Amino acid sequence: MSILVDKNTRVLTQGITGATGQLHTRACKEYGTQMVGGVVPGKGGTDFEGIPIFDTVEQARKATGCNATVIYVPPAFAGDAMLEAAAAGIELIICITEGVPILDMVKVKAYLAETKSRLIGPNCPGIITPGECKIGIMPGYIHKPGDIGVVSRSGTLTYEAVYQLTQLGIGQSTCIGIGGDPIVGTTQIDALKLFNEDPMTRAVILIGEIGGTAEEEAAEYIKQNFKKPVVAFIAGQTAPKGRRMGHAGAIISGGRGTAADKIAALKAAGITVAMSPADLGTTMKSVLESMH
Amino acid sequence: MNIHEYQAKQVLARFGAPVPKGKVATTPDEAAAAFTALGQPKAVVKAQIHAGGRGKAGGVKLLTAASEARDFAAKLLGKPLVTHQTGPEGRVVRRVYIEEASDVARELYLGMLVDRKAGTVSVIASTEGGMDIEQVAANTPEKILTEPISPLLGVAGFQARKIAFALGLKDKQVGQFAALLASLYRAFIETDASLIEINPLVVTKDGRVICLDAKMSFDDNGLFRHADIRELRDPNEEDPAETEAAKYDLSYVHLDGNIGCMVNGAGLAMSTMDIVKLYGAEPANFLDVGGGASTEKVAAAFRILLADKRVKGVLINIFGGIMRCDVLAQGVVEAARQVKLSVPLVVRMEGTNVVEGKKILADSGIKVIAASDMADAARRIVKEIGA
Repeated sequence: MSILVDKNTRVLTQGITGATGQLHTRACKEYGTQMVGGVVPGKGGTDFEGIPIFDTVEQARKATGCNATVIYVPPAFAGDAMLEAAAAGIELIICITEGVPILDMVKVKAYLAETKSRLIGPNCPGIITPGECKIGIMPGYIHKPGDIGVVSRSGTLTYEAVYQLTQLGIGQSTCIGIGGDPIVGTTQIDALKLFNEDPMTRAVILIGEIGGTAEEEAAEYIKQNFKKPVVAFIAGQTAPKGRRMGHAGAIISGGRGTAADKIAALKAAGITVAMSPADLGTTMKSVLESMH
Repeated sequence: MNIHEYQAKQVLARFGAPVPKGKVATTPDEAAAAFTALGQPKAVVKAQIHAGGRGKAGGVKLLTAASEARDFAAKLLGKPLVTHQTGPEGRVVRRVYIEEASDVARELYLGMLVDRKAGTVSVIASTEGGMDIEQVAANTPEKILTEPISPLLGVAGFQARKIAFALGLKDKQVGQFAALLASLYRAFIETDASLIEINPLVVTKDGRVICLDAKMSFDDNGLFRHADIRELRDPNEEDPAETEAAKYDLSYVHLDGNIGCMVNGAGLAMSTMDIVKLYGAEPANFLDVGGGASTEKVAAAFRILLADKRVKGVLINIFGGIMRCDVLAQGVVEAARQVKLSVPLVVRMEGTNVVEGKKILADSGIKVIAASDMADAARRIVKEIGA
């Protein structure tokens, strides 16, 4: 089993005719994901390699019965694309787009709270349940079906962690990239709650980074409620204060959001923290072995 | 993106916020003329740099004659001002702001920022004006009021009153404050700001509430819709290498070490810096070449890295997803030839088209030290530079 997506997930692509939308819709389809439709305003009635295109998400929803959508539209229009998907009642919205203005996200977040939709991202690689469903830009072949959940604010660092696990023969239940922006739809705690209830997830890798206090809050949640082992890593131990490290959300401001604070909070909650990014896989392996 | 105090006051004034009258000057004579033009017995001359703590560092002075304004401006202009926020090298003052003096009865703090936890814009207010607000938050958190603003409603009247009363404002000041707060919120939303800080917000002896200092920062992701704000960028306040990197859409942050790092993805780039440190050396930079980097972009990144004379070795760490390893390898080969690579280069590649990428590097004739994984890469580069 898995969380949020599986072989029955029916996926729409918003921005299917752009270069990124084309590339990844094709790759996801090849992976085995059910890519059932696309949305491009003004191109309704045409198709992309046999996948029907619609003018609006509402039309696409009615025609295809899609229950997830992935957004590749440019930053200026991504906020509106998320609102449109939520208004059409799509259960799971995954926004890959990087560079969405934060005030657009403030509005999207407020609107989504009034709907039943869940948002993953923006500025994220997406979500994958290995062997069943890949939605997003992660390379599919590094994954392996299994029972480790992965939740991360990063893209390539997640690939690094997943690759290490797979090399060691450890598979993954579901991997979620929640995104590197200051305001994201699904938080680490949200993802952990889902993994907590998933009988097929045995343990979780949590990858955080500098900025904000989401990891501290996740640590508190894990301490109080989480029933499974967690291995964590925090990127940015050497990052200077006050500088944005690539991700809009990766900034130590007002002395808050340092890696040291996060690592201390995680350790205080009894979580195993890997100090080197090269040790994520082996740390998980030893945690799993100690469970027997 | 940050802007100067005088620019922030101009932006805020456009939205109706009360700020003192002032003029900016780039020469001592302009400063004297600005003093005269203000037509007041007293004026304040303030150094304009992108850093706080200017007052304590001697960059702000109350003056009573045009000649004094000229002399003080001459003392500041063209020289570095060192404050607790600038680092020991300070920042060169290129402009001064000459502003009418205010008779201050009370100093307060008013801020507005994007509150990550609440997912909204929040107002931060405190009676402890003119102080370092981070210190106030750490030492006396009860003196700070945080009020989230609903993006669907904006600032409600009751919220403005609540903050005004908490700040100890009374009578007509409450209404003045509510109007000021509404102006600030409009300025925030309509310019895609990420921070507005009025420290201090003052009550004058004649009972007016005004913005005596102002700091504004903007969301880089929102700048595309504000040509007027983009023009306020001051390249002198930015690291030239970072400005150059931005031209190629590269995310680069200059650091103090001697191992140049080139990585794809922000999280992996940060953790590459971390692992360099774990193996006993210091990273020279953060550099994220992004997801879909072209050969040209990779070559530009490489040139920027090597332009830093402190760099004694380069570590490239790529996990190819969208980014293909063969494209990266071509970029590295091209750039290494252009710049005549003279420092050790360790490359760790994994992911899409890794076999092709490794072959391009091997066939190039450039001396590349191949690493099998992140730890191996860090170990090798640290050994090469003899740290």
